[in-house]
Amino acid sequence: MLRYFLTRLAGAVPTLFVIVTITFFLVRAAPGGPFDQEQTLPPQIMANLQTAYGLDQPIWTQYARYLRALAHGDFGPSFKYKDFSVTELIVQGFPVTLEIGATAMVLALLLGVPIGTFAALHRNSAADYAAMSLAVVGIAIPSFVVLPFLGLVFGIYVHWLPVAGWEPRSMRYLVLPIAALTLPPLGVIARLTRAGMLEVLRSDFLRTAAAKGLPLRIMIWRHALRPALLPVASYLAPAVASIMTGSLVVESIAGLPGIGRYMVQGALNRDYTLVLGMVIIYSTLLIVMGLFVDLLYAWLDPRVRLHP
Amino acid sequence: MSSRVGAARRLRSNPGALCAALIIAVIVALTLFGPWFNPNGSQTLDWSHVASPPTWQSAHWFGTDRLGRDLYARTLEGARVSLAVGLLASAVSLLIGIGYGALAGFIGGRTDHLMMRIIETLSGLPLIFFVIFLNVVLGRNEYILFLSIGAVGWLTMARIVRGQTMSLRRREFIEAAIVSGAGTARIIVKHVIPNVIGPVVVYATLTVPHIIMLESFLSFLGLGVQEPHASLGTLIAAGAGEMEAAPWILLIPGGLLAVLLLALNLLGDGLRDALDVREPA
Amino acid sequence: MTPPTLGIEELRVSFTQGPTVIPAVRGVSLAVAPGECVAVVGESGSGKTQLFMAAMGLLPRNAAVDGRVRFEGEDILGAPLGRLNRIRGSRLTMVFQDPMTSLTPHLKIGIQLAEVLVCHAGMSWSEAGAAARRMLERVRVPDPQHRLNQYPHELSGGLRQRVMIGMSLLCNPGLLIADEPTTALDVSVQAQIIDLLRAMREEIGMALVLISHDLSVVAGLADRLLVMYAGRIVESASAVEVFARARHPYTAALLKCVPGLTGPPPARLPTLPGQPPRPQDPERGCAFAPRCSRAEERCRAQRPMLQEAGGAQAVGAASLVACHFPLLP
Repeated sequence: MLRYFLTRLAGAVPTLFVIVTITFFLVRAAPGGPFDQEQTLPPQIMANLQTAYGLDQPIWTQYARYLRALAHGDFGPSFKYKDFSVTELIVQGFPVTLEIGATAMVLALLLGVPIGTFAALHRNSAADYAAMSLAVVGIAIPSFVVLPFLGLVFGIYVHWLPVAGWEPRSMRYLVLPIAALTLPPLGVIARLTRAGMLEVLRSDFLRTAAAKGLPLRIMIWRHALRPALLPVASYLAPAVASIMTGSLVVESIAGLPGIGRYMVQGALNRDYTLVLGMVIIYSTLLIVMGLFVDLLYAWLDPRVRLHP
Repeated sequence: MSSRVGAARRLRSNPGALCAALIIAVIVALTLFGPWFNPNGSQTLDWSHVASPPTWQSAHWFGTDRLGRDLYARTLEGARVSLAVGLLASAVSLLIGIGYGALAGFIGGRTDHLMMRIIETLSGLPLIFFVIFLNVVLGRNEYILFLSIGAVGWLTMARIVRGQTMSLRRREFIEAAIVSGAGTARIIVKHVIPNVIGPVVVYATLTVPHIIMLESFLSFLGLGVQEPHASLGTLIAAGAGEMEAAPWILLIPGGLLAVLLLALNLLGDGLRDALDVREPA
Repeated sequence: MTPPTLGIEELRVSFTQGPTVIPAVRGVSLAVAPGECVAVVGESGSGKTQLFMAAMGLLPRNAAVDGRVRFEGEDILGAPLGRLNRIRGSRLTMVFQDPMTSLTPHLKIGIQLAEVLVCHAGMSWSEAGAAARRMLERVRVPDPQHRLNQYPHELSGGLRQRVMIGMSLLCNPGLLIADEPTTALDVSVQAQIIDLLRAMREEIGMALVLISHDLSVVAGLADRLLVMYAGRIVESASAVEVFARARHPYTAALLKCVPGLTGPPPARLPTLPGQPPRPQDPERGCAFAPRCSRAEERCRAQRPMLQEAGGAQAVGAASLVACHFPLLP
C-alpha cells in the first residue's frame, strides 16, 4: 500500500515538472512584461527594475533560478504586490480558499448522496423528478450567476446575510459563497448517486440481502452504498477542479481574500510569478486528489488491485 | 436506422427536452430579430434615463444601465456574442475532438495508447487556469479567446469518438466494405459517419453550454470579451456591481444566461436519453 | 394433520413491460410438508423461479402477483415488510443460482454470515462471528477462520455456494428454497453440493424446495417432484413414481434426455423437438401440444386440468397430471 502511494507520488513529479516548465516558458515568451501596464517608465528605471527582478538574465538562468527557489518553497516575489512574496500570499490566502472549498465539497457529498439515494428508491415519483430537476439547475447555472442571485435574495431583499466582505472567524460572510460553490457538484453527485444506486438495486447480491430479511436501511447502508458510489468516486477529482474554478469567481465577487481572488488579480495585472504560483498550487492539489481517489476506489471495491 | 425512429419518438415524449428546444429557438430568434423591435442601439447613451428600471411604456423595455445604455439592446447583443462564441468555439472543439478521436481509434495500438494518456493527463488538470493563463500571456484578443476555449473543450468529444471508432472498426461490415474494394473515403462517409453521429450530436449539444459557460466565466472576470462589446458574462459582472441600486441590470442578463444554459443542458440530456448514449467507461 | 410448511394457492405472476402484460406463472397451487423435499423441475421460462421469488417477495416493481401464500400458518404474500423480514432469512431462506453475483463483493464473508444472526437472533457481533465459524465447519469449508476474513471473489465457486447454504441455515429454517444451486458450478462440485444439502437436511430436518432444470440433480434428494411447463404444473407425484412411471409426455421426454450410466451409450442424445411457448403468446389448449407426439385435436382445443391419474400410487402422495392422454403404466 505504501509502495503504491510512493510510486504514484513519484510519478506525479514529472507531470508537475512539465506543467511548471511549460507555464514558465510561456510566460517569458509572451510579448510585453509585467511592468508594461504602468505608465511608460524612463529606460533607466526600467532597466533597474529588470535587474532587481532578475529579468535581464538569460532565460535559462532565470529558469534554473526559479526551479531552485521552488525546491525551497519560494515562489518568488509578486510583481504587483510589491511588499509580498508569492509564498506569503499563498500562505495568507490558502486557508480561506481551503475553508470554503472543503466545506463546499463535504456539503455536496453529504447532501448529494442522500438526495440521489432517495431519488433512486422512489424512482419516477414526484419527489424523484423534483430532486433531479433541481440537480440539473445546479449543474447548468454557473456559480457567478448563482452567487449574485443569492446575494440579491438573501442579502438585499431579506437582509439575512451579508452580500460581500469578509471578517476573520465570521461565518456569516461565508454562507452564500459556500452555497454557490456547493450547488454544481451537488447536482452532479445527486445524479450520479441516483444512477449508481439504481444499478445496484437491480443486482443479485441485493436480492440476497433482501432474502436474508435485512431491513432496508441496513441493505442500503451496508450492501448498496459502496458499489453505488463508484461513479461518485470517479467524479471527485473533477469536482474539486470545478470547486477550484468556482472559487475564482466566488472569491472575487464576495471579496474573500483567498488564493482564487489573487489568481484573478494576478491574471488581470499580468503578475507572472503570482499566476505561475497559483497554477502550480492548483495542479498539485488536483494530483493529490487523484491519488486519494485511487485509494478510495480500492476501499469501495476490494476487487480492485492497486498496481504501481 | 430503426433506432433513429425510436429515438425521435422518445425525444418527442420528453416534455422537458421539447420545452428546452423551444426556448432555445425563441432566444436565438430574439437575438437575431429582436433589435428590429426596438430602435435603441446598444452603444447609445441615454443620459436622461440613467439606470432606470424596466417598463413597457418607456423606450427602454429592459431599463438602462449605469451609463444609460438600453438594456434590451445590450442583453440581446450579449446573448448574440455568447452564442456566437459558444458555437464557434464548440465547432473548434468538435473538429479537434473528432479528428483526434477518430485518429486514435482508427490507428489503435501504441499510438492510440499514447494519445489516450495525453488526454488523461490533460483531463486531470484545471484547464481553465491555462485558458486564463493564455489570455494573460497572449493578450486579450478575441480570436485567442475562441481558440483557447476550443482547445480546452475537445477532450470528452475525443474520447467518445475514439470509443465509437474502435468499436466500429471491429464490426464486420467495415471489413466487408474494405474487402469489397470500397475506397477509404467512401467507407468513412457511408459507414463510419452515420454510426458515430449519434453520440457526437449529443455531446456537441452538451459541449455548447459548457463552452458558453467558460466564455461567460472569462468575460465575467474581465479576461474575455472586452468593453464596449458585451457578452452575457460582462453584463452580469456589471450587474453584480449594481445589485443594490439597480438589480435588473443583473437579473435580466443573468436570468437569460441561466435559462439558456438550462435549456441547452435539458436538450442535451433529452437527446442522450433518446439516443441511449452512454459515457465511455 | 400438521399444516404444510409452505402452502401456495392459485398463484399468478405477471410482468408489465410498457403496454404489454406478460404472464409468467398462470395459477399454481402446491404444498410442502414439514421436512419434505420437493423438487420443481422445468425448462427456463417455465416459471419455476418466478413462483418462489413471488413467495419470498423478491420480485421487481413491475410484477403483479395474485393468490395466496402461507408459510407456517401465516399469510406472507403482501404482508407488511416488517413481518416479512422477520421470516425471511431466518425461518424461510433461499439460496440462489450464481454464488459469485449473489454475495456482496465488498463485504467480508464473516460479516455477511454474522449479520443474519445479529439481525434475527439478536446476537452481538462477536457471538455471531463464532457461530458463523461453526457453521462454516458444518458445511465443510476448510480453514473457516481464514475464510471468514476473505472476500467473495477470493473463494472458489463451490466454496461460495457452501457459504450461501451455510448463510441460509444459520437460524434453523423451516424451509430452504434452493434455486438451481448447482447450475453455475462444475460438474464435480455439483455432487458435493447435493450431498451437502442432503446432510444438512438430515441434521436440521428442514423442508427443502429444490428448483432445477436438471432431473439428474434432483434424483437422489427429492421426495416429491413437480414438473412445470409454460407457467403451470403439469405433473405432481412422488419422486419414485415419476422416475418409474412418468405420466405426462413432457416428463417422460425429460427423463429420456438424461443419459443413463448403465447400458450402451445411445447413438444420438435424445432431445425434445421445438421450443417452449413464449410467455407473451396467448394460450390455446395444452401448451405442450405443439411438441407432443401424442397430441390430438382435443389437446389443441381444450387445456387439460391437473387431476389425479389412475394407476399405482405411493402411499400418502397423490399423483396428479395435466394431460388428456396421460401415459398409463
